[in-house]
Amino acid sequence: MALDPQAQAALALYRFGLGPRTGSIADIASDPRGALLAELDGAGAGRIGTADLLTSGTAARVAFAFQQAQRAARQAERAVQQAAAPSGRASPPQMNDQSVTPPPAPVRNPGPGLPQQIYLAEAKARIQAALGAEIGFLERLVWFWSNHFCVSADKGNVRQICGVYEREVIRANVLGRFSDMLLAAESHPAMLIYLDNTRSIGPDSIAGLRQKRGLNENLAREILELHTLGVRTVYTQEDVTRFANVITGWTFVPFRQDPARGGEFEFNPRMHQPGAQTVIGRSYPDAGVQQGRDVLAVLARHPATANHVAAKLARHFVADEPPPALVERLAKRFLATQGDLKEIAKTLVTAPEAWEAPRAKLKRPGEWVVGMLRAAGMAPPDIGPVMQAHNLLGEPLWRPSAPKGFADESAPWLDGLAQRLDIANQFARRLGAEADPREVFEQALAPLASEETRQAVLRAESRPQALALLFMAPEFQRR
Amino acid sequence: MTPGSIERGEPMTFNRHAATRRELLIASGTLFAWAYLPKVARAEGRDPRLLVIVLRGALDGLAAVAPVGDPDWLALRGDKALTLDGKPPALPLDTFFALNPAMPNLHRLYKSGAATIVHATATPYRERSHFDGQDVLESGLAKPGAADTGWLNRALASLQPGDRAGGSRDAFAIGPIAPLVVRGPAPVLSWTPRRLPPTSDDTVMRLMELYHHTDPVLARVLEERMGLATIARAGGMDGEQPQAAGAGQVRAYFAESAGTAAKFLARADGPRIGALAFDGWDTHAAEGAVSGRLAILLGALDGAIAAIETEMKDAWRETVVAIVTEFGRTARINGTDGTDHGTATVALMAGGALKGGRVVADWPGLKLAKLHDGRDLKPTTDLRAVLKGLLQDHLRVDAAVLATKVFPDSAAVKPMAGLLLRA
Repeated sequence: MALDPQAQAALALYRFGLGPRTGSIADIASDPRGALLAELDGAGAGRIGTADLLTSGTAARVAFAFQQAQRAARQAERAVQQAAAPSGRASPPQMNDQSVTPPPAPVRNPGPGLPQQIYLAEAKARIQAALGAEIGFLERLVWFWSNHFCVSADKGNVRQICGVYEREVIRANVLGRFSDMLLAAESHPAMLIYLDNTRSIGPDSIAGLRQKRGLNENLAREILELHTLGVRTVYTQEDVTRFANVITGWTFVPFRQDPARGGEFEFNPRMHQPGAQTVIGRSYPDAGVQQGRDVLAVLARHPATANHVAAKLARHFVADEPPPALVERLAKRFLATQGDLKEIAKTLVTAPEAWEAPRAKLKRPGEWVVGMLRAAGMAPPDIGPVMQAHNLLGEPLWRPSAPKGFADESAPWLDGLAQRLDIANQFARRLGAEADPREVFEQALAPLASEETRQAVLRAESRPQALALLFMAPEFQRR
Repeated sequence: MTPGSIERGEPMTFNRHAATRRELLIASGTLFAWAYLPKVARAEGRDPRLLVIVLRGALDGLAAVAPVGDPDWLALRGDKALTLDGKPPALPLDTFFALNPAMPNLHRLYKSGAATIVHATATPYRERSHFDGQDVLESGLAKPGAADTGWLNRALASLQPGDRAGGSRDAFAIGPIAPLVVRGPAPVLSWTPRRLPPTSDDTVMRLMELYHHTDPVLARVLEERMGLATIARAGGMDGEQPQAAGAGQVRAYFAESAGTAAKFLARADGPRIGALAFDGWDTHAAEGAVSGRLAILLGALDGAIAAIETEMKDAWRETVVAIVTEFGRTARINGTDGTDHGTATVALMAGGALKGGRVVADWPGLKLAKLHDGRDLKPTTDLRAVLKGLLQDHLRVDAAVLATKVFPDSAAVKPMAGLLLRA
């Protein structure tokens, strides 16, 4: 491909990263591939500052306490109303409140509740990581895997732990082993709640025999269909049911039972279906929680999983119809390294096919919004408008509409093009005179831009219009 | 109205730039206790208001105020020329100039002596880049370059604060970002309308043209999503304007912004100096001076002037609204029924403090030899002279300060005298 070094650097930033900031193209122009690889070697790569963010156990417990207090307050208010006495007022607890004692309850106009406060703090940390990244390749990998193993804040009680889920499950393993990420995801309370495994009870377990409630196959099915082997591959409905039996009892500690550990993962043998299970032709003796771990370990190294993950990675980063040679290269590497995600990421950015595909993919909304902020050198003090843009464009953060996650193909995102124009227009107006479109163009788009795009930007009637056109240009939208 | 109060029900959000804790307190409700009043003017028993409106994109001055008495006018603009017997007819100002028929309010004010028009005027900028031209217009500097303060703010900062209200000097801006003209050492309060203006038709058309040339898929999607399938293809943009849809929104936005600015400036304890900017004047194709895009914009601007007059109430008699743009447009119509970047244009002024009813122009003529670079109306009045005249006679900004700090290196440009009723 006859790209000059500047264009090659810009391509690296667009296709594998989160877009150029001032100086990034020049910084990596001498060796774009090397720069991408270097981002994988940074100390603590993928982790983000956790000092002011909660662990998932703490987040779950403070949110539970908050909800309890709210309930109590509502009851008290009803009682007060009945007694026609004046009501007291109190402020909502803050999220840095690590205590588990029920905080005083908000009575009126409490603002965002505690789960939402936690959610927003996590979202802010994620956006800041995206804005602060040199290239953003590692962040893109985090986003990819987070979407692969997605949970949704819209499911009850996931809101307060979906952000920390990404840190504890995805970031912690983004350059580790696929098998470790898989186990971390499927045993995290966020996933167990999201895909109903906390309700799933082995029919012949102690709890099952007593409660007359039973199996829920949701998590087992999505593990096979979405997280590992892929749909219509090597498994049958019987495999789904037996695997669901295997993971009965994977749940979290009830808050009332253990105030110190409530909300953390536990294997509850009283819910677990006893006995050996055969999953995809292999028998697993009942070894409690180990039975499920064993199945996950086998799934993680299955060739169908390698193919599924390889195709999805290539589709996400390179092309809706990815080059077969690239998919094969990635799948081989997956199998050869026992799912070493760092090695697979390296293979992705060193494969020639990954650079040769035309820049036809439409950026996902989040990539595009962050790309604008990076190009304009803006760090918003308030993430409200950024979150709102995600919502308007159909990619609300950590809120996919289905377990499949947000689409990796371009087509569904084309629908939001008109909304992108409105957002680009408003964003450009807010930037106003703060950003010089000529400078933004040179720093963020010039090596990839057509002459028509250059002229459209430079001949705009005002700086805001120039920036809006820049952000809407095909070369800025596609990667 | 008590100091510090905000009218009930008014949706106002204040942003104070570079907010400190103290300033946030001001922004949250005690704004008007910090009002600023020029001391000298106050000693004279006056309480002057000045609102500057920047038209971004370069207004076609010849289409706003047409030289219908110039013998070369019709030949220059042909069937796009405003005339006294056109449909609708242009509104006569004097025996030589006529106003665009989309501006009946400005015409009424002019007839009553409360509007003045300066023609064939320009800043010292002689190139044709919007960004640089806007910088020169708003910074008050003679040349483009790194500018982070505007002439209006520096004028304000130079004044002695009145003693009535605690000594703060607030300028006032409408919109999410204060225009450069009002930024600088003097604190700036701003008000942001609830809704930002929608993406302009002009921006949509430019984007469609870009997509048609570079990305057919995006072109098709945008056309479908915006219901713009009938837009003429680039190169032949002479089809029907995709107007009307946005016209009402544009009018509403202009009127809301200008009317709100006036409400604040009118208050006894409100700010006295304000600025806002309206985009959309870069009419390269299908200009529509009489019934199209430019007519819509001028009509919206006329509505904004009316809203200011209404909301100023009694303070209107102490008000000057100055409407300026970065440069003018080509004298001739181009191949796509529009005009390209030019040089001289008009400055419009309205307000009860003006000694109006006049078009001030040292008319250069429209013959080819008289045109700047053979294509633009030649500038014969330095716009800085007009602005200096306003600042000196209306706000009592010192002449030496005007020549050095407000408009640096402009000593040779004398303030225009006689613009105000009370000079």
